[in-house]
Amino acid sequence: MPVFNFVRRSFYRDSVTLMRVSRDVERVPGVTSVAVMMGTPANRALLAEAGLLADEGAAAAASDLVVAVRADSEAAAVAAREAAERALLARPVVGAASAERPRTLAAALRATPQASLALISVPGPYAAAEARKALARGLHVMLFSDNVPLEAEIELKRLALERGRLLMGPDCGTAIVDGVPLGFANAVPRGRIGLAAASGTGLQEVACVIAREGEGVSQALGVGGRDLSDAVGGIMTLRALELLAADADTEVVCVVGKPPGPAVASRLAAALGRIGKPVVVYVPPLAGTAAAVIQPSSAVHLAHTLEDAGRAAVALARGKTPSSPNFTLADDDVQALVAAALGRIRPSGRYVRGVYAGGTLAYEALALLAERLAGVPVSPAVAGPGHRVIDLGDDAFTVGRPHPMLDARIRREWIEKEGRDPETAALLLDVILGYGTPPDPVGDLLPAIRSAHDDGRVAVIASVCGTDADPTPRAAQVAALRAAGVIVLDSNAQAARLAAAIAARAGAAAR
Amino acid sequence: MILPPGAHVVSLGLELFAAELARVGVPVVGLDWRPPAGGDTRLAALLGRLEERRDAIERANGRALSQLVDGTARLIDCRPAREALELADRTVLHAGPPIAWERMCPPMRAAVLCAIRYEGWAANDDAAGDLVARGAVRLEPCHHHRAVGPMTGIITASMPVFVVENRAFATRGHATINEGLGKVLRFGATDDSVIARLRWLATEAGPLLGAGLREAGGIELVPLMAQALRMGDEMHQRNVAASSLLARALMPGIARVGGRHHAVARLAEFVAGNDQFFLNVAMAAGKALADPANGVTDSTLVTTMARNGTEFGIRVSGLGHRWFTAPVNMVEGLYFAGYGPDDANPDMGDSAIVETIGLGGLAMGAAPAVARFVGAGGMASALAATAEMREIALGEHPHFRIPTLDDRGSPVGIDVRLVVETGITPLINTGIAGRTPGIGQVGAGVVRASLGSFTAALVALAG
Repeated sequence: MPVFNFVRRSFYRDSVTLMRVSRDVERVPGVTSVAVMMGTPANRALLAEAGLLADEGAAAAASDLVVAVRADSEAAAVAAREAAERALLARPVVGAASAERPRTLAAALRATPQASLALISVPGPYAAAEARKALARGLHVMLFSDNVPLEAEIELKRLALERGRLLMGPDCGTAIVDGVPLGFANAVPRGRIGLAAASGTGLQEVACVIAREGEGVSQALGVGGRDLSDAVGGIMTLRALELLAADADTEVVCVVGKPPGPAVASRLAAALGRIGKPVVVYVPPLAGTAAAVIQPSSAVHLAHTLEDAGRAAVALARGKTPSSPNFTLADDDVQALVAAALGRIRPSGRYVRGVYAGGTLAYEALALLAERLAGVPVSPAVAGPGHRVIDLGDDAFTVGRPHPMLDARIRREWIEKEGRDPETAALLLDVILGYGTPPDPVGDLLPAIRSAHDDGRVAVIASVCGTDADPTPRAAQVAALRAAGVIVLDSNAQAARLAAAIAARAGAAAR
Repeated sequence: MILPPGAHVVSLGLELFAAELARVGVPVVGLDWRPPAGGDTRLAALLGRLEERRDAIERANGRALSQLVDGTARLIDCRPAREALELADRTVLHAGPPIAWERMCPPMRAAVLCAIRYEGWAANDDAAGDLVARGAVRLEPCHHHRAVGPMTGIITASMPVFVVENRAFATRGHATINEGLGKVLRFGATDDSVIARLRWLATEAGPLLGAGLREAGGIELVPLMAQALRMGDEMHQRNVAASSLLARALMPGIARVGGRHHAVARLAEFVAGNDQFFLNVAMAAGKALADPANGVTDSTLVTTMARNGTEFGIRVSGLGHRWFTAPVNMVEGLYFAGYGPDDANPDMGDSAIVETIGLGGLAMGAAPAVARFVGAGGMASALAATAEMREIALGEHPHFRIPTLDDRGSPVGIDVRLVVETGITPLINTGIAGRTPGIGQVGAGVVRASLGSFTAALVALAG
């Protein structure tokens, strides 16, 4: 069988590496033996002895690499040489022990070229530049960061569309993509309901309702709170709807939005009609907005609350007609809760005061309060007479400070403050669980809750957004709240309704 | 499905998100993210402008990088600079970016005057100083003459230089013969012993080395350097393995041509007694390998790093032969008995060409024996240094592989953008010259390249 030598001038590898390569290359079909060696006199002698030295190899220098092959054809020998050179130039497999933390996206992608999504939560002023880099390098982006300028958002979303990628956010607290929980996501089962949501807590509330009702989520895509504004034009919402329409796992689509701008509303309505799957839409029904642009139809179900949206999606997935009860408790039980609360609150108490971490939840509470009480402001506020809801997750509170879902300090202060106010009758709270949240959010709030409940004699009403599969299980958090005298209802909507009922009665009594 | 199968997530910002993904079993890379350019919004905006041209830049960098790592380096000769560089009389080459006589540091000025005396252009330092002041002796950077010089980097016409040929790209690099330790011209020592050694190098050692190399037909240096890297040399601070390998390759040829027995013996003793003998050869190789990478339009790859004891200068592939300078840093190091930081001159020399091609400080992980010069010292510091350098390098060297890093290539191809974005400057291993002329070397250590050179280059790149 013929022997072939290939010489690569001026090329060094150590003998251990070369022996490994020799062994691996012998697997090439048609090859019977291979020796890859530096062309030192001693090695050339070894090759000669093994009958593997040809003229080319004999003329090699000590600094040259010799690939000596015995093969049944020249083609096989050339294949062996190519395999050897590939192996010698390949990047070695790096041991799993390497725990380097790259400093830049560029370095991370050099080390992990298979990365396909960037989760960006750097401070706002830097976020757009990082997102731009990630999109340019072909990654999907979840932009958790807030305080990203509107112009940057528009530019990034156009770039994403151009590159066929998702830009979720900015100020996108949650997403679940192919079952990968991003940001503050909850542990919900995978299933057949696909979500497109403006921002974090609305998506979380709907996903948790779906999980509680025994269904699961196919995709949960966050699009950012400004996406449906006319300025942004709904770029990502429309893209998300296309993806959900095409997604084989998604049977029902659920849109959780902010009130759309007039121009976007008609485009959104058209897009909803094209999906070809049952659609549920929740848009906070705020006074003075053009929410009515999206009309219910046989395919589009308009939900009144986040909970209704989740329940409706589940019903439609099961081929049933959606229903939307005000409470999941019996009426008598609700009346008993109201009576008990009225029996212990102080006589001066007459208003609902909400202290929220979740923005969408705060808006939902305001809308439900406004349906039942007079003088409810249209948006969260820190002061003002009468009823009010404060959103501590708003950008205004998070510049240079951690979000209240991560650090309970600011919320404790406000709970204590509202608890001390003699006109507070019902204190309304949200508790948000999921990946990324602290291990015991209720425990972090309890000192302030106790002071409001015991010393301030206000009724404390809360809902816990989460599942029992979350890192901090929901059931234990609910139990801890109840042990402190807090009334815990199944959803934020129900909690708001109960708070309104208590305040209405307390206000009437005070007058 | 939206993501490809086996998707990995990159998380930058809140560390808890990466930790949560890891907890649920999603492969995730958590960045050690910091605000780009240390939070300097002007520089961040410039980086943003380059990001818009990223495709063109990446293409150019790919080309420049392959021109940096795919070259060959064959040590073919040792000849007087007059012949090899066509260096005119009354010209003194020095290390680093161009610098006027008035701004030169004392050791470099002393070395210039000593070289003039050695060449016989003036009888004493005063007369030599007059020649320089009058412009009768020209001062030019080695780098402008296809050469590199360690520390003061002085080269004049009669000094023999090693000739390294990069046949792949038809370039040559040159450097003088390393003088050894102690009182030597490169560290600014100027007494009679210095001149006597220079004369011996010019009249006996140089010609013998040249003849031996020609007899041997040259020595391939990239394989030799790759092997030395595996033997614990990073080829800046430590050259004992490379010097030994070179001696082994050199001596048979020299023995064959060396007619006068005592001349061969003197040369053999000289080479055997100098652990840093290979440094200048590595530098000449570096020059031959790095020059072809220069001149690629749009490339942000650094092709020169050099210091003259006053300024640190770089040149960048896409910016041609322009120098970008900033004040040079002091070396953090260990000192010989009797000396300390107060005795040190600011950093000096063209030897950072070694880092430019991915060795020296960038390959610290290959050289645990000299790792005590960085940080707390030891293997972990050495590996951390190379890992840090990977952040600012465009690639990993296909030939210079580091066994202690699972055979990964040494980081190579410093990118101006990455340096400015991370604030990580190249780590350079180096010797320390005494600040007072005539003393010579006082220690050794590591120095950081001056960030100002890179920000100046970034401004030009974005302009």
